[in-house]
Amino acid sequence: MGNGIKDKVAIIGMGCTRFGERWESSAYDLILEAFNECIADAGIEKEAIQAAWLGAYYEQFHIGKLAVPLSVTLNLDHIPVSHVENACCTGTEALRGAAYAVASGACDIALALGVEKLKDCGYGGLPEESKGPMADTLWQANINGPSIFALLASSYREKYKVSKEDLKRAIAHVSWKSHQNGFKNPKAHLRTKPTIEQIINAPIIAEPLGLYDSCGVSDGAACAIVTTPEIAKSLGKDNIISIKSLQIAASSAYETKFNEWDHTYFVTATKACQRAYEEAGVKNPREEISLTEVHDCFSITELVLMEDLQMSDRGNAWKDILDGAFDFDGRNPCQVDGGLKCFGHPVGASGLRMIYENYNQLLGRCGERQLKNVNLGLTHNVGGGPERSVSGISIIGRL
Amino acid sequence: MVGIVSYGGYVPYLRLERSIIAKSNSWYSMEGFGFAQGERSIANYDEDTITMAVEASIDSIAGIEKSKIDALYFASTTLPFAERDNAGIIKLAIGLGNEVLTANFSSTLRSGTTALRTAIDVVKGGGHRQILVTASENRVSRSSSRMELWYGDAAGSLVVGSENVIAEYLGSYSVCDDFMPSYRGSKNKFEYRWEDRFDREEGYQKFYPQAIKGLIEKTGVAPGDVAKVIFPCVFGNSVMKKIAVEAGLNPECIFGNMHEQLGDSGSAHPIVMLSYALEQAKPGDKIIVAGYGQGVDAILFMVTDNIKNISPKVGISGYLAHKKNEKSYLRWLAINEIIDIDQGARADAISRASLSSQWRQRKFVTSLIGSKCTKCGYPQLPPARVCPNPKCGAIDMFEDYNFADKPGKIFNYTTNALAVSVGKPVLLGTVMFEGGGRFIMDLTDFNTEEVEVGVPVRMTFRRLWKEERGYTHYFWKAAPAINK
Repeated sequence: MGNGIKDKVAIIGMGCTRFGERWESSAYDLILEAFNECIADAGIEKEAIQAAWLGAYYEQFHIGKLAVPLSVTLNLDHIPVSHVENACCTGTEALRGAAYAVASGACDIALALGVEKLKDCGYGGLPEESKGPMADTLWQANINGPSIFALLASSYREKYKVSKEDLKRAIAHVSWKSHQNGFKNPKAHLRTKPTIEQIINAPIIAEPLGLYDSCGVSDGAACAIVTTPEIAKSLGKDNIISIKSLQIAASSAYETKFNEWDHTYFVTATKACQRAYEEAGVKNPREEISLTEVHDCFSITELVLMEDLQMSDRGNAWKDILDGAFDFDGRNPCQVDGGLKCFGHPVGASGLRMIYENYNQLLGRCGERQLKNVNLGLTHNVGGGPERSVSGISIIGRL
Repeated sequence: MVGIVSYGGYVPYLRLERSIIAKSNSWYSMEGFGFAQGERSIANYDEDTITMAVEASIDSIAGIEKSKIDALYFASTTLPFAERDNAGIIKLAIGLGNEVLTANFSSTLRSGTTALRTAIDVVKGGGHRQILVTASENRVSRSSSRMELWYGDAAGSLVVGSENVIAEYLGSYSVCDDFMPSYRGSKNKFEYRWEDRFDREEGYQKFYPQAIKGLIEKTGVAPGDVAKVIFPCVFGNSVMKKIAVEAGLNPECIFGNMHEQLGDSGSAHPIVMLSYALEQAKPGDKIIVAGYGQGVDAILFMVTDNIKNISPKVGISGYLAHKKNEKSYLRWLAINEIIDIDQGARADAISRASLSSQWRQRKFVTSLIGSKCTKCGYPQLPPARVCPNPKCGAIDMFEDYNFADKPGKIFNYTTNALAVSVGKPVLLGTVMFEGGGRFIMDLTDFNTEEVEVGVPVRMTFRRLWKEERGYTHYFWKAAPAINK
């Protein structure tokens, strides 16, 4: 992997909108809301930004395919702007572009912004992708977000001999715990506290996932400004937040086509994470990673990810979850800001929203949600489905 | 010797008790109770004339060397396409090559037997060696009509040839005339019927005897020697008896009309019943089969000793036994688009089929042929040029590999409550194939509680979706395995 990105890039400012059903706001309004907070936090002039990366995934529902909506909305003076997409890792991908540009010396200060305006599509749930003459529609099963991830459940139960009731309770706890956290977060979309019983008894969307096992659909934007550690210091920043690792992993044909993989874990998350820990110099994740923000598109996904991220041994995540290991006061708090569960999943923004929480935790800004002794924060996204996925990991800490 | 070499058939999994139909419509009319015996078969939301024909054809060619079939005849009055070779879709699905001639017989309920007669004449004349003859019908009627209660959905299939003949062709006799007890315009969804008395007295009771008597005279068969006479008749036993007697046959040899188990499957029905009769036939049996529609075809066969060596089939009997009773009349009406179900805004994401993409992928999409690496032997679907075996890495070293006939098992599964489909509950899962390969597929003909890891499945050809423009798209799904 070369020398890696560790401590080559500092994050000097971040912003994040309130996530939710933002009927009053367009994608352009959300871009500005996130950017305003971010540039104020960075304490630099807009003109200092030399390159920008825009992340949006369902662009056909809002800003379209061009990168220009960012530079026009913010009136950026003809700088390089790229529109990137990498499924649910889109926000992380935007940061990756900005970070690599700065680390390579191609520019000094870069902006990464992710935005998604989903609530103009007219119905609940993630929008159906427009199906033009795409080859896959000629043979793809009648599958969508919830059902593709739900396939993990029957395989996990089968392999580890977990009863339907036990798994249902474990995934309910995942959602319960996130709601307890999101309740304390003014930027979250959903700030309710359903009980375990309500979660277990909710209508089924894709067996065993019920209404409360699925993240909501929301609008939102988040953004980051990055620069070199030297420039950060010259701007008078102390307590500089540094990127320790950025990793992406995309599925090969192994998961979809070869019979060996048992559908109980994400190959991409496992491998991206191994590389991320190596890049960041993390030897004992359970000791060293202070908090994780992972891709809880569905509760079963988060359960499995705890094992992929080495926070649980294989086959044990369901027990660890029920023991409270990942609760706010557990050994490895997860989704401290409420996760996708409470924020929803404006796809382009989610990766950056997660880093925003870790960033603020490191800076001690989280009020009621503040953890003690925060040193390293990990984020994880996964897009696609277990058998055909792309995973993204970031680890940030202090310089 | 020319005749039938193999038989097979298909009855859809779902059956609807006629009493449910009659009761549901009783607010409007009590007439239905007169025909409300037994149950009728109904095509599922993902079945149609062509999908049923594919299943029936697969059944009849089991044990036959596919390369010996050089023509495929398809008969139906409910063809999904007015222009696009319907027989050609069936041919591609069952894996026959492009040197095999296809022909479509349509527009009369007699087209099943006409196709059979024609196939026999062509083989006799040396034009083709072995012809697959399949007839299929997906019958949609107005709510609260007698047709709704008379009819059923099914497909029958026969192979006609001159080697290993199981039922020798002894002769045929046809009467064709523009007699209309009913008609259906080519742009109309439903038929229009004249009064039943006209159909019974001027139609059934005149044409059948005329054709059967003509057949008896032409072939010289002794009426007393006829073991079975097979002819569709929606008017039931008393009318069938009158017909047999008028034709000079003993009413004991009437096969019946399968009203209580299946219903009248239109142009497919004579073929379906003949296929069913052959399952039970003995060497030496003389069988008359007749089809009715603007006249009658009557054909005489004699069963040979070869019937004992026929390859195992599921057969009409097997598919009759493999059933589930649909409890909701409304659901059937929604399947047939007689009621307009609100599918929500998600249904607006309309697919536009790419005809060029379909052409390029047809071996996979229609025939379910994947690729097998010639270096390491690993099969995969969809077919691809790079081997998925992490230890192999071969590129462009593969051969065709048929997945349509491979048994599989459910590896994982779930439901999908958000899916746009009249076929609730929507079930899907990963299928692991015997011999290698895996694929996420729709599951069909399953109840939710029947689906568990390890349940065996068979591949079945189904309708994947339809477009407002009139395009029907087919692919394969996983259904419960059935023993032959």
